[in-house]
Amino acid sequence: MTVRDEAVPDAPDSRYEPSARRLARERYKRERTRRAFAVAAVSSLVTAAVLVALIVESPGWQRTRETFFDAHYARVALPKVLDGLWLNLRLLAVCGAVVLVAGLLIAVLRTLRGPVFFPVRALATAYVDFFRGMPLIICILVCVFGIPALRLSGVTHDPVVLGGFALCLTYTAYVAEVFRAGIESVHPSQRAAARSLGLSSAQTMGYVVLPQAVRRVVPPLLNDLVSLQKDTGLVSIGGAVDAVYAAQIVASRDFNYTPYVLAGLIFVAITIPMTRFTDWVAARMNGRQAQGGTT
Amino acid sequence: MTADVLSKGPAGPPPDEPVLRLEAVRKTYGSAVVLRDVELEVPAHSVTALIGASGSGKSTLLRCANLLEEVDDGAIFLDGEEITDPRIDQDAVRRRIGVVFQAYNLFPHMTVLDNITLAPRRVHKVPRDRAEADARELLDRLGLAGRAGEYPDRLSGGQQQRVAIARAVATRPRLLLLDEVTAALDPELVGEVLAVIRDLKDEGMTMVIATHEMAFARDVADQVCFLDAGVVLERGVPDEVFGAPAEPRTRAFLRRLTEAGRL
Repeated sequence: MTVRDEAVPDAPDSRYEPSARRLARERYKRERTRRAFAVAAVSSLVTAAVLVALIVESPGWQRTRETFFDAHYARVALPKVLDGLWLNLRLLAVCGAVVLVAGLLIAVLRTLRGPVFFPVRALATAYVDFFRGMPLIICILVCVFGIPALRLSGVTHDPVVLGGFALCLTYTAYVAEVFRAGIESVHPSQRAAARSLGLSSAQTMGYVVLPQAVRRVVPPLLNDLVSLQKDTGLVSIGGAVDAVYAAQIVASRDFNYTPYVLAGLIFVAITIPMTRFTDWVAARMNGRQAQGGTT
Repeated sequence: MTADVLSKGPAGPPPDEPVLRLEAVRKTYGSAVVLRDVELEVPAHSVTALIGASGSGKSTLLRCANLLEEVDDGAIFLDGEEITDPRIDQDAVRRRIGVVFQAYNLFPHMTVLDNITLAPRRVHKVPRDRAEADARELLDRLGLAGRAGEYPDRLSGGQQQRVAIARAVATRPRLLLLDEVTAALDPELVGEVLAVIRDLKDEGMTMVIATHEMAFARDVADQVCFLDAGVVLERGVPDEVFGAPAEPRTRAFLRRLTEAGRL
């Protein structure tokens, strides 16, 4: 074979001494970085001071602090809110798993070609159109109160299960659209290459299109999962005690809103790691390989 | 290899049957006629170069031969079997034809090795060990030993195109179609890809090559086919078509190339 690859990398240049020009340049850059840090620190302090002053100097601050930021009520509410949070987390885990699998399935069903699959395609499309447009809260109300009203034997009346079912219905529709966008973003030339190797259309989907599609939609998927995590609280409209409802119970007993603030902060505290995790996953995938197919 | 492929057909083609035969093939996009009554015969172990200006129908011809496009009229035969018959198993036809694309079309989420072994393993059900051993041997011959674990975007254009060729021949196709495989490459990388194609010719691979590399076409092809606006204007051995073109339009095309320094 006549083809040869890659020149041998240059031997390390052991006699290289940085020039005075380079040293001066680096000195200047270090100095500039130090100045930037100082400016950022001062401006952050000033901004924080202004915000604190605005809130603390407002006429109602004293009352507001007692009602929303009372350490005593926070301590009282914390165990109950955490109990409720356990329900949120279980719902997130179960619904999240169901939604990812069902969403992917619906998205693939919508891409099936051929007259045999027409009813499947039509049903999948109708399902997505319907549940993407239906407000989640109405979907939960209908499931939680409507399904028991049918008095079907063997069907649960548990508001948690029915509420979770409603969450899955709605979020599967969202997630199916995310997956479908991913599938359609894979360049047709990838499909052409796979088919020209003799892969069937199912093999092309499984080995070539889906792996690329799923990688591309990981960030928007995690976005939907964060959103799902917050919406798990809506099952409380059926009477299940989640973190927000637990806070409400404490708050309405003592006429103090601190438990709400506490529950909100706990949700934020859970969301932030998920967001950072999303960023990390996306960055890692970008580093490992090209995202785009060759044209 | 030939015997192996022949045994796949129902009865086996007659000995003189060309590997690929086009009969009065017509293809249109809307009102544009891209291929008009195209006739072509590609004998076994021969190399056919398709030349002609951009838009003359070279790529469309290859896409029709691989059933990526449906012809409007006429017929295409692979080893004597009509593959344009709508009742045919298209996947089975594509399994017998390898394609190399201008833009490589490697799978970016797979390593070089997985790109090459995908079709042998999943379509031809070759066990993983053997598929990988074959792929490594192929990579070695193409000067890409040691690249098996890389992802395609870490390779130069010339290396990517050689991987694409390896992927296309890993299934031992009956026919290899190459669509302007050097058109996306920097000039200094063209040579390494052409060297690989020359090696394939020496091994007896039947190929149809759409190309702008006239010197290469003249050197490597057994048959040159000049397409102009979807019509085969001239067909013959390279020395005839390049040395003594009969058609004024062929002469004009070759003169333009000479002026551009491409011939």
